[in-house]
Amino acid sequence: MRTLVNQLRRTVARLTPARTVLVAMLLGPTAGAFLAYGALAAQEPNEVVIDNFTFGPKDLTIPVGTTVKWVNHDDIPHTVVETSTSRAFRSKALDTDDSYSFTFASAGTFSYFCSLHPQMTGKIVVK
Amino acid sequence: MAKSGADDQAKGLGRREVLECMVWAGTGVLWTVSGGVPHSIGLIGEAAAAEATTGFTFLQMSDSHIGFDKKANPDALGTLREAVAKVKAMPTKPSFIIHTGDITHLSKPSEFDDSDKVFGETGVQMHWVPGEHDLIDEDRGKAYLDRYGKGSQGAGWYSYDDRGVHFIGLVNVVDLKAGGLGNLGAEQLAWLEADLKDRSNSTPIVVFSHIPLYVLYKEWGWGTEDGQRALDLLKRFGSVTVLNGHIHQLAQKVEGHMTFHTALSTAFPQPAPGSAPSPGPMVVPADQLRSKLGLSTVTVMQGNKPLAIIDKTLT
Ligand SMILES: [Cu+2]
Repeated sequence: MRTLVNQLRRTVARLTPARTVLVAMLLGPTAGAFLAYGALAAQEPNEVVIDNFTFGPKDLTIPVGTTVKWVNHDDIPHTVVETSTSRAFRSKALDTDDSYSFTFASAGTFSYFCSLHPQMTGKIVVK
Repeated sequence: MAKSGADDQAKGLGRREVLECMVWAGTGVLWTVSGGVPHSIGLIGEAAAAEATTGFTFLQMSDSHIGFDKKANPDALGTLREAVAKVKAMPTKPSFIIHTGDITHLSKPSEFDDSDKVFGETGVQMHWVPGEHDLIDEDRGKAYLDRYGKGSQGAGWYSYDDRGVHFIGLVNVVDLKAGGLGNLGAEQLAWLEADLKDRSNSTPIVVFSHIPLYVLYKEWGWGTEDGQRALDLLKRFGSVTVLNGHIHQLAQKVEGHMTFHTALSTAFPQPAPGSAPSPGPMVVPADQLRSKLGLSTVTVMQGNKPLAIIDKTLT
């Protein structure tokens, strides 16, 4: 379900609010509710949302030069820290609705985690 | 050392065949755990009064999250003040308060200032260990260490003795590894080994840290990666009490000579392991919030008996 919602959110991010409402009406109440929510919390293409102690999407593939933005929607602070000891990127603690952006200038696979809740992990693949 | 240790152990065991642990979770019923099975043994007044006269008492407070103002508790400072009011109203002043971390929510100077002010009102000496929320200032821990780390080692660990009991404060919220749990690290474990080296097995030990030392629920990171190594160093002692916070709910376990206890938060409850999508703050009806928050009274009995722990909610 989480994946479906994320997909819907990404679809909705490309629609204008008016068209979203129209699509929501056509799709019926359940899908419509998800779409309406997606329109409110529109997730941009290169955005990673932190919800329920989870990075979503967990894995993201992007072209070189892309800026990725992480947004924390939890009531608890989280961080975004690259796993290797060189720490290619490391955010400050992100409180509710705080965000952090990093531009990936070179290709590679970057694993990262939340240094406060290390069970939270994610990956950015830069091609 | 091995020989005198074995003697101590033999003496201690007879007195400690049944380990008792008392919990008052707002119902007024006292219960005891022997071999991991809880039994109700009566109402709080009788037993607690009888026990309290022989030993000394300290408090455990935890997870105050000063600065938290979200749905699960819009005024965490307010509920902390209520808890402190309960401390001030105690007929016998506790000897000291151990705070098992997450004093603040975001490690802000103003939050630490409020901590100084509110805990200062108790007039009782404080012993602190940091939670992960206390180390998220720009300098990753400097704010905490400047304020509460005096005389400590490394990231803030230390030990002290009081009336024959050896108290050890450990830090397991630093340098966490991706995918892992809480972490003590080699340096702290070496320090712990040296700290315990010359102590006799009959010394009662109280060890406290933020995250539980044993793995309570791996999926939510509720445990310490190398906690077992610390517990192995403590195994030979006749009475070990392990106090933690972090999970914002009561959890008790008795294993041999070791009693594990995690305290309530004074800020907000968290769900039972696996009962929600995440361990984040749990929203409960406003009139139930105070029944999920609280503090613990720990009484040290004479004669190297297990410590009696009584949890009180804010209701
Ligand atoms: Cu986190």
